[in-house]
Amino acid sequence: MTEKTMRGSISRREFLKATTAVGGGLALEFSVASPALAQGAKPALSEVTHWILIHPDDRVVIRVARSEMGQGSLTGLAQLVAEELECDWNKVSTEFASPNEHIRRKRIWGSMSTGGSQGIRSSQEYLRKSGAQARAMLVSAAATQWNVPAADCTAANGVITHGASKRKVSYGKVAAAAGKLEAPKDVKVKDPKDWKIAGKPLHRLDIPDKVRGLPVFGVDVQLPNMLHASIVQSPVFLGKVKSVDSAEAQKMRGVKGIVKQDSFVAVVADNWWRANVAAKKLKIEWDNGANGSVTTDSIMAMLREGLDAKDLPNARAMGDAPGTFGTATKVVEATYDSPYLSHATMEPMTGTAWFKADGTLEVWTSTQNGEASIAAASEASGLPLEKVAVHKAMLGGGFGRRGAPQDYVTQSVQIAKQFPGKPVKLMWSREEDMQHGFYRPASMVRMKAGLDAQGNLVSMHTKIACPSILALLRPEAIAKGIDFTAVRTFSDSPYTIPNQLVEYAMRNPHVPVGFWRAPGLQNSFYRECFIDEVAQAAGKDPLAFRLAMLKPEDKNRRVLEAVAKAANWDQPLPPGVFRGIAQSDGFGSFTAMVSEVSVKDGRLKVHRVVFAIDSGYVVNPDACRAQAEGNVIYCLGQFYEGHTIKDGRIVESNFHDFVLPRLPEMPKVEVVFASTGGFWGGHGEPGALNVVPSVLNAVFAATGKRIRSLPIKEGELKA
Amino acid sequence: MKLNVNGRVHDVDVEADMPLLWVLRDVLNLAGTKYGCGIAQCGACTVHVDGDPVRSCVMPASAMAGKKIVTIEGIGAKGLSRVQKAWIEHEVPQCGYCQTGMIMSATALLAKKPKPNDADIENAMTNLCRCGTYARVKTAIQALSGTKVAAAPEPVLQPNGQKV
Repeated sequence: MTEKTMRGSISRREFLKATTAVGGGLALEFSVASPALAQGAKPALSEVTHWILIHPDDRVVIRVARSEMGQGSLTGLAQLVAEELECDWNKVSTEFASPNEHIRRKRIWGSMSTGGSQGIRSSQEYLRKSGAQARAMLVSAAATQWNVPAADCTAANGVITHGASKRKVSYGKVAAAAGKLEAPKDVKVKDPKDWKIAGKPLHRLDIPDKVRGLPVFGVDVQLPNMLHASIVQSPVFLGKVKSVDSAEAQKMRGVKGIVKQDSFVAVVADNWWRANVAAKKLKIEWDNGANGSVTTDSIMAMLREGLDAKDLPNARAMGDAPGTFGTATKVVEATYDSPYLSHATMEPMTGTAWFKADGTLEVWTSTQNGEASIAAASEASGLPLEKVAVHKAMLGGGFGRRGAPQDYVTQSVQIAKQFPGKPVKLMWSREEDMQHGFYRPASMVRMKAGLDAQGNLVSMHTKIACPSILALLRPEAIAKGIDFTAVRTFSDSPYTIPNQLVEYAMRNPHVPVGFWRAPGLQNSFYRECFIDEVAQAAGKDPLAFRLAMLKPEDKNRRVLEAVAKAANWDQPLPPGVFRGIAQSDGFGSFTAMVSEVSVKDGRLKVHRVVFAIDSGYVVNPDACRAQAEGNVIYCLGQFYEGHTIKDGRIVESNFHDFVLPRLPEMPKVEVVFASTGGFWGGHGEPGALNVVPSVLNAVFAATGKRIRSLPIKEGELKA
Repeated sequence: MKLNVNGRVHDVDVEADMPLLWVLRDVLNLAGTKYGCGIAQCGACTVHVDGDPVRSCVMPASAMAGKKIVTIEGIGAKGLSRVQKAWIEHEVPQCGYCQTGMIMSATALLAKKPKPNDADIENAMTNLCRCGTYARVKTAIQALSGTKVAAAPEPVLQPNGQKV
């Protein structure tokens, strides 16, 4: 460890790099100086392991390190712990592990990052183990109290029983003693087939409060004498404030001050509406830099140029794809594209910061990564990590927007710094939120396929032109010029095509890009629609064509077969209804989808979506179903959503021109859990992968039209 | 000016054009009503004014004189309402941000039309939800109106031995 890290003043980039490193080699060894930072256990509560706290009255508190943004993993994670702990589920509640405690205790809770559908799958092992350890410690404490061998005692439903004497004691009575024991190293976790709490569709723990409006989302933080801030950021990305005339704004009722920074101006007032009204009165002159004339067309031209570029880095090279097209019986070629997309979380970006008299900083925010938030707050304040406390609020949606960037935390700290001693809550207006996102990259892909005389796909050449998310947010993760989020689905396609070449043209316009639910999912649209085109050219059934290219043991084959069966692929549909199929794996799971649609008077209606997923195991089936339903409707918006770039800025500003799906568009979603066990896959994103391609393949069946560019253009589906 | 919120009269010193949403959130500290768009598009700010669902983000405070305002904090103040119970039973919310507005819309709908048909539900439930809870919103309303009893999927024994 360097001296620099000892003082805790490492840069955000270094910290993020360290905290995302595999192997846990990082040790941030500094002590917490401020008692305000130590949000430890209350005296009456015993910490049995770092994940499990037990009250004397047997109530169990399970700590959750990942964020809850609606995906339900707060409940699923607790189910895994409770299963091994053998406690009474009705006495379980949860709390978020404190990012500050986490740092002080050398990252004891593992990753706090909540993305990539990782919540359950990448923490199940240590959570189940911790539950089993705590159970063993509680049993051991009871056995010691009774002076009997622990092996003669059993634990069930929060009660320990000594077999011979029939003596019983509840967890709460021995928790304090158990907490003093060393955790056993070798504990056995249950075979999932013996699960009683995990694997069951239990009611989610966060819902009863949510129906009453009780949870504190980031925007709901209320503190004594709190001020409110509204922000105006450079409309052209990367632009700077040249000058600001705030005379009129300053005169308005409730306004407490104006904060001018390089890339934004904020108005601080006694309530948010006054701050926002005054912000509209600011006269700001911007330095647009070099990007003031960028348009959608200029970006698409940049991507098209990428597709024509030579000597691009290869994301996959097998056999000789370009060299075999000459001998192919048939060649199919197509170019697809899709636009920039907003996350559009219902809760806009927000952060509350409070520079306190004792030299510490407290921050409250909706974050997908508490560690990234604390790093951003530390860097923006210039305070060492141990003087910064971050409190995780409930998230009004995340979808990837609130993970890596943390721009809103930086801004809230910069603004509050001008108001020492007073908490300041920054909330972006919807307009700011929509026009200052980290968008799903616009991209363009050209695919070329060669068929042999029997109609087998023997060569495929894919060129991908796509802005790099990693170049902006995690440059250290780029390997040999390849951003894996831009090439996935092609670079790791399971289809047994002997000759494959995948090339990547990284083209980075100035529009910020980020992780949007299932990063890289546009590639499922391209690949699975193109495969349909190739199947058609080969004169084969789209399902049979795919199955012929999947190895017998491939889990992609199993889900494809499962979805076809559940959707009655071989049976006729009612007149006017057509179906399409697609399959993709990603985020640890294998998925396939069949969508049934009709197109009438140029209007697309999706009636039914059948989704098969093999995630190995399913921890809360109902929460997983909810994720599938959410993924489907989230993705259906792609048929009409898309950002336009003009004069270097995003044109769309609110939900009237960036339209989100509403209730009438919700199709019937049926989920088939085709779990095979032996591995752990995610659920938050896999359901997104096949929505667009399965629907567009159905649209082709209905209309004979191939939609290769999103959003669908006005009138494009008209006969 | 005087505002009657959840049966209590509050004297607030605010501009006539300050939207009701901000009086509720920042002056009266009733944070259950949410901001989503500020232009009456999303419905996260839905409250009841004399029983009607209203988008409080575009409703000037001055227009509220003499009217009875009810927010999510007023619904189920004496225990969960039947709509809230149905929302729990059908596991409707995901992130939950839009759900207070959803519940206000659904409560108003069912008060006027105890047995809404599909078109009634679609016309009344225009709230945006980014998580995609629409199917469950509809199921919960149908269950409340007795028009449809949603059957839970049968547990299936998986190849891995798990029952889901």
